[in-house]
Amino acid sequence: MTLLDIKNLEVSFSARKGDLRILYGIDLTLQPGEILGLVGESGSGKSVLAKAILGLLPGGGSVSKGAVLFEGQDLAQADPKAMRKIRGNRIAMIFQDPMATLNPVLRIDEQMREAITAHRSLPRAEVNARCIAILNKVGIPAPEERFVSFPHQLSGGMRQRIAIAIALLNDPVLILADEATTALDVTVQAQILHEMHRLCADEGTALIWVSHDLSVVSGIADRIAVMYAGRIVECGPVEQIVLNPRHPYTLGLIRSVPAEDSTGHELHQIPGLMPSPGALPQGCVFAARCFAATAHCRDVAPEYTETNGHGFACHVPNQGGQI
Amino acid sequence: MSLIVFIGVFAIGNPIDVLIDPAANQLERDAAIKSLGLDKPMWQQYFTFLGNAAQGDLGDSFVYNEPAIKLILTRLPATLELSIAAMILAVAIGLPLGLIAGLYPGKLIDRTLMSTSILMFSLPTFWVGLLLIMFFAVQLNILPAGGRGDTVNIFGIPFSFLTWDGLTHLALPALNLAMFKMALVMRLVRAGVQEQMSSDYVAFARAKGVSERRIVFRHVLSNIMIPVVTVLGLEFGNLLAFAVVTETIYAWPGMGKLLINSIQVLDRPVVVAYLMVTVVIFMVINLIVDLAYAALDPRARIGGKS
Amino acid sequence: MKNVAENPAIEATRAFFDSRIAVVGLVGLLAVMFVAIFAPWIAPQDPYDLMQLNFMDGKLPPGSRGSNGELFLLGSDDQGRDILSAILYGLRTSLAVGAASAGIAFVLGSVVGLFAAYAGGWVDALVMRIVELQLSLPAILIALVLVAILGQGTDKIIIALVAVQWAYYARTIRAQAIIEKTREYIEAARMLRYSTSRIVLRHLLPNCLPPLIVLVTMQVAAAIALEATLSFLGIGLPLTEPSLGLLISNGYADMLSGRYWLSFYPGLALLFTIVSINLVGDQLRDVLNPKARQQ
Repeated sequence: MTLLDIKNLEVSFSARKGDLRILYGIDLTLQPGEILGLVGESGSGKSVLAKAILGLLPGGGSVSKGAVLFEGQDLAQADPKAMRKIRGNRIAMIFQDPMATLNPVLRIDEQMREAITAHRSLPRAEVNARCIAILNKVGIPAPEERFVSFPHQLSGGMRQRIAIAIALLNDPVLILADEATTALDVTVQAQILHEMHRLCADEGTALIWVSHDLSVVSGIADRIAVMYAGRIVECGPVEQIVLNPRHPYTLGLIRSVPAEDSTGHELHQIPGLMPSPGALPQGCVFAARCFAATAHCRDVAPEYTETNGHGFACHVPNQGGQI
Repeated sequence: MSLIVFIGVFAIGNPIDVLIDPAANQLERDAAIKSLGLDKPMWQQYFTFLGNAAQGDLGDSFVYNEPAIKLILTRLPATLELSIAAMILAVAIGLPLGLIAGLYPGKLIDRTLMSTSILMFSLPTFWVGLLLIMFFAVQLNILPAGGRGDTVNIFGIPFSFLTWDGLTHLALPALNLAMFKMALVMRLVRAGVQEQMSSDYVAFARAKGVSERRIVFRHVLSNIMIPVVTVLGLEFGNLLAFAVVTETIYAWPGMGKLLINSIQVLDRPVVVAYLMVTVVIFMVINLIVDLAYAALDPRARIGGKS
Repeated sequence: MKNVAENPAIEATRAFFDSRIAVVGLVGLLAVMFVAIFAPWIAPQDPYDLMQLNFMDGKLPPGSRGSNGELFLLGSDDQGRDILSAILYGLRTSLAVGAASAGIAFVLGSVVGLFAAYAGGWVDALVMRIVELQLSLPAILIALVLVAILGQGTDKIIIALVAVQWAYYARTIRAQAIIEKTREYIEAARMLRYSTSRIVLRHLLPNCLPPLIVLVTMQVAAAIALEATLSFLGIGLPLTEPSLGLLISNGYADMLSGRYWLSFYPGLALLFTIVSINLVGDQLRDVLNPKARQQ
């Protein structure tokens, strides 16, 4: 059974001058144990999508249309009590900056224990034991010591591991990682990515990894979805996306990654800026920056079509590989 | 500080003329001057004063003929009791109200509470005091209009909050004094709550499935207590000083009332004694606030980084 | 979407009027100022002209008529003075003293603060130490000590009020000036070899004004309240300068025997004034806060 099925999701924020649509017609499915990479530049709506799944949209934001079906239940319509049962339990989330996500005045053990006790009642000793076991699993040395320390006493990589540990405490079936390694050193980033991959493979946990960095994501994902200006412009298996990208934006992203043989050459860029939510152009949202755009592209927005699990929305898709 | 006050008090006017009966003849005047030490040169008087002060002797009050320091210290517990009661009231009422206002920003309750808080710190304390007396004591006749009630001695120091009569006498002045601070606490807590509720760790706690109640009372409250305690600690000194007004209105037998009278009759030793005691209390408060800060914020403790 | 930025002063003024409560406060403040300035012409009676007073008219409740047929709208005090007139004159004094002390403190504090900020280094550190020391002491304590030393009298009270306030101005303007000092336009002015006083007065000062405007407003209210408190305690303005605080303290004993109007109405007037100023100041703070404007 499909684990997560997002149908035609639309998210808006209410501002003083009226509602602002941020996400348009998002369609996405996820199978149990699958790893999906959600890629896009800042402002593309990828974080909003992740938060919308768990109903954690910041003040003023709400789902204006569509459904988020999780194990058959529509999360967008669920009441707060039902949502609380799912958050941290069936679906867990990891945020970007571990220093900000851990409460600085409370000890780690308290912040870990409450993740468990919010959903089950267990004797204190058992809860502690479970926490230490998970800390071991995510590769934290001397876990008993770290368990009773405060967030500011730990390094960034350590804190993020703890955030991951917290996410794993209740054996969730889905983890949402929102730019989880963006704030860390590159070496730590690689380590954590590797750990996440291993953990998910071991437990069969599904993972949605949100990032602006396509190269990072392609290392662990089974499938990749590319977002632009609040829409999914391309989605498919990772090999397809990387070796045979159809949408010009995806092609541009891949080309922007410095390759081994590109020393001495100018770095490739996608010119221009992404349009802001209130000022979207008519027609294809990417047309203004697209090297292949035609007059038709600027007039009519392309439909999203899918063949063999690889879908995209473009009038003039790229035909052959990564030229 | 002491030098300034010393010179100043002397410069105003000749205490001799104030204290010695104008009808006294020259002999009596001379005797009085000698006994009060007012005939020695200024600088000598100052050093004598310092020397005595170091031994805890700040001279005798011109008016009461008792050691000034003793006068102040006997009245200190009354002032402290009033101030502490006021502080407790300010927090007990201000904190919950500020919490409510912060949790429902922009709603009617928030705007009402904020307007009320502006009113509360705009009201001149002494006028509110009069109103309270008029309303509760005169009209409704349920609370006394002034003075201190029955006291109970602990370690020889009288405290009035342990008797019912004492409490009724304490109620109005404490409420009066607390009003200004209450508004301050409300605004502080509200701002703190608003700031914390939109922070990342609250979002993370929600993502863990933690209940809103625990988020507010354990996570958010622990974070806002730090600035609140710090501010309150520093404001306590302010409260002590402002007790002067409340004591005057309610005839509360504390240091403040004594101070006002002493200023009016130029009783130098008492004024100086008051200032000395106040300065010492300030230093103690600062120390306590520092300790409290370390207790509340784990980041502030020495040897934090492992 | 308009891209042209409006003159910030106009924008701020417009934002000010967004809050209805603030507008109410502003109206109240203007009313008080009007009344205070024109008191001698509006007041039914000159309360300090002894010739007009009649002992027999003493302690009449509000609305009664006196021996000459005049209407005591808010009652009369123990000497037959019309409370309303006394309030009007009292407002005058209170506002004058409050504004004067705030004005002097503003100038004094700003000079010190700007100087410290511009000089930098140990001068700055020393000055700020003194400022912080002063600010850690309760206002009322400083006022009491100064009155104890200087004695009573209008000028001494104003000195005391100034002494209490100047440090706030110094600290605020210095904080702002430190930020502005590093901006390019100051560097440019320096390179053009403008004189120090010109740079400070014509370039630095105007950009430090927004937080000061808020501060002045709040401080005037605080000064008025402090003066009233001192007068109430009997160590404020002398009897010849009628202050609302004095009126209130005079009527205190009468409160207990039910003759509330002697203290109540002056207090109400005082309250009204202070609340109006604070409402305006509160909204000014919201409007001039640069962080709030960026939304």
